[in-house]
Amino acid sequence: MSHFTPIPSLIGGAMVGLSASMLLLFNGRVAGISGIFGGLLTRRPSDVGWRVFFLAGLAVGGVLMALIHPAAFPLAPARSAPVIALAGLLVGYGTRLGNGCTSGHGVCGISRMSARSLVATIVFMATGALSVFFVGHVLGGAR
Amino acid sequence: MRTGVMAFLSGAVFAAGLAVSGMTRPQKVIDFLDVAGDWDPSLAFVMMGAIGLNVVLFRFILMRAGSVFGGAFQLPTRKDIDLRLVAGAALFGIGWGLGGYCPGPGLVSLAAGRAPALVFVIAMTVGMVANHFVENALRASGKARLDTGPERP
Repeated sequence: MSHFTPIPSLIGGAMVGLSASMLLLFNGRVAGISGIFGGLLTRRPSDVGWRVFFLAGLAVGGVLMALIHPAAFPLAPARSAPVIALAGLLVGYGTRLGNGCTSGHGVCGISRMSARSLVATIVFMATGALSVFFVGHVLGGAR
Repeated sequence: MRTGVMAFLSGAVFAAGLAVSGMTRPQKVIDFLDVAGDWDPSLAFVMMGAIGLNVVLFRFILMRAGSVFGGAFQLPTRKDIDLRLVAGAALFGIGWGLGGYCPGPGLVSLAAGRAPALVFVIAMTVGMVANHFVENALRASGKARLDTGPERP
């Protein structure tokens, strides 16, 4: 159970949007995390540099925020390790198959009025809700 | 080098935004997706903040002939809604609901030193590499009309 936090969520979302606009304006690239990270695993060496810099910034940002605002990163896991591992496999495979995740489709794609991204976002929101419903209300909160 | 600096800054702002927004709290993500339970609609405000700003800024940015330092804009060009898109998004959503992590918050939480995020990122990497091999195998066997496009969003 978590509390409703519209203002921090709106501000944080605007910061994510600002980041995406910076990357597009200065580098001409889409800030899709699964594409940036996944591209590092499978793409040509000539295309690696900016991805490494973006992910380094992401990591430094994470370290700084953990110091400034540790409550943003709960210590208690929400799910058991095997469930998190299964979740990771599905997220990794699915985002590459579907060419994007919450950031690439949800934030950047919808902002460009991409029909593909709108469809993808509706689908992953729906299956995400079904997944939570199944675990929480059918399996009775199995973790 | 200038593109490297801007990519770094963009990544850092992205991470800070995720932490401020609540996206790095897996239970909060799960509560957002739990529409039949104690629904926490906060993360809809993350999408509103991000999309609301980008709908305006992207419009002005894309009026330019190209980016400031990185040459032409490299945007996805595909318009077709195919089975791969829908199936991939569906699998991603199931995983998102199971663990409460999507790729960005997973990576940021790993950098913040949280152990569950390490499990998540390792598994996510395995999933991505597995997809790469499956698609290469399909392509080699000639069954695939899989167009991976110029760039993934």
